[in-house]
Amino acid sequence: MTSTPLLRVDGLTKTFRMYHLDSMLHAFEGVSFDLHEGEFLLLRGHNGAGKSTLLRTIWRSYLPVGGHVWYRSNHGEIDLANAADVDIALLRREEIGFVTQFLNARPRVAAQDIVAEPLLLAGTSQAEALDQARHWLDQFGVRPELWRAYPSTFSGGEQQKVNLARALILPQKLLLLDEPTASLDVGARAALVRRLSDLKGQGVAIIGVFHHPGDVAQLITREINLNTRVVADQSEEEENVAL
Amino acid sequence: MSLDMSPAALTRAEPRLMRAEPLLTMRDISKTYGDVRALRHVDATVYPGEVMGIVGESGSGKSTLLRMMNLEDTPDHGDYTLRLPNRDDGNLFDLTRYERRMLCARHIGIVYQNPHLGLLMKHSSSGNVAERLLIAGERSFEVLRAKAREALDASEFPLSRMDARPIELSGGMQQRVQLAKAIALEPALLLLDEPTTGLDVSVQALVLDTLKRLQRDRKITMVLVSHDLGVIRTMADRVMVMRHGEVVEQGLADQVFQDPQHPYTQQLVHAKL
Repeated sequence: MTSTPLLRVDGLTKTFRMYHLDSMLHAFEGVSFDLHEGEFLLLRGHNGAGKSTLLRTIWRSYLPVGGHVWYRSNHGEIDLANAADVDIALLRREEIGFVTQFLNARPRVAAQDIVAEPLLLAGTSQAEALDQARHWLDQFGVRPELWRAYPSTFSGGEQQKVNLARALILPQKLLLLDEPTASLDVGARAALVRRLSDLKGQGVAIIGVFHHPGDVAQLITREINLNTRVVADQSEEEENVAL
Repeated sequence: MSLDMSPAALTRAEPRLMRAEPLLTMRDISKTYGDVRALRHVDATVYPGEVMGIVGESGSGKSTLLRMMNLEDTPDHGDYTLRLPNRDDGNLFDLTRYERRMLCARHIGIVYQNPHLGLLMKHSSSGNVAERLLIAGERSFEVLRAKAREALDASEFPLSRMDARPIELSGGMQQRVQLAKAIALEPALLLLDEPTTGLDVSVQALVLDTLKRLQRDRKITMVLVSHDLGVIRTMADRVMVMRHGEVVEQGLADQVFQDPQHPYTQQLVHAKL
């Protein structure tokens, strides 16, 4: 691929310093890869290989200790690894999405309001935002009688559907997925794959960790295996990649 | 290449994409009470529309800093500017007492943990809100009543009780009156000092939801002080961690809670139930 990548991860390294144990935990070291618009990159590796940690480091929930994450934003190129917090917050609102396997619901906020919130923050009218929220709740198989209920009382699977509807309601430029199919039923998984396929078709670049990668097999463009400490893009170092 | 990810380094990182200027800027604020150094060289920057959380143990200086933001006290050292329409960027600590009072009445709202500090307990709830409007120069009874009603309604206070005195109300209702008073003039900055401490869990959730809705719909910039990490995590975009009068760490709320960098922050996060 010859176009300028949307994301250029260069020598990214993450170590956790645990003061109470007076020790360091090395998560990954020297991770490098490029990601272009419309690509779907699957992260592979055994438990503890650093897949989720890598996603969170790109998202900046975790602070890297070395390397760069060059991202081509609508406002210009920026290194996510050492960007100011307010710039990261801006990109999270406008361009980069992160889907976890858990819904972080506020108490006493209805499912439809949780899903509509990103649209409201983006300036969509209340009526339009609620319409779209209900549409996506329906798409992910949340029954209409639950739309005005508080998700804290929902099952894990139902909560995850609300989580996905909220996370995917606004198209982003870059989407980070951390096991989004965990606890989903077959119908919701199919809805998720359809939505991801649409987003990928619109040029959204996606990096994902999946417990069952077969769910998204037809969407995967490339894979990276994190089982080795030093990881590079498969196109550069085939020996690090387990397909 | 190793990055300098110390709190100081991250604080230094200059925004490159964010076009808005900070609403609030405090530089090198220090304050000593007798032998106690309450604040030590504190820097703070808050951008329009965001919620800045301040956490720390009792005596860490978080409420002192909030009082400085509300111009209730003057530091021994330091500058404070608010970027407001039709105002220059001079140091607010240089203002006279009258100028401070007028600026706070018009542009800064505050909700105290103790409603007795923020409310006249023997005046009606609507009267408490109207008092704020009166200080800012409003004189028409009809306008005062209408604006008080609107602010109470936005704070989800039951309008059937708007003439009740705060002393007759529950703690949660008193906080709503404080909130209504604080937002009546649509302030640029809303300061919240432990607004849900002491409230039962269900009332706490209602107050937090009201705050979140106000922030979303009215784009009110908020500074929220709480020792409750759950409240901060729910509400804040960014977090400052204070200890012994110093900011030991600041960052995005999820980063501070998931990957705390300072030993004290790690201790704080690990101690959360």
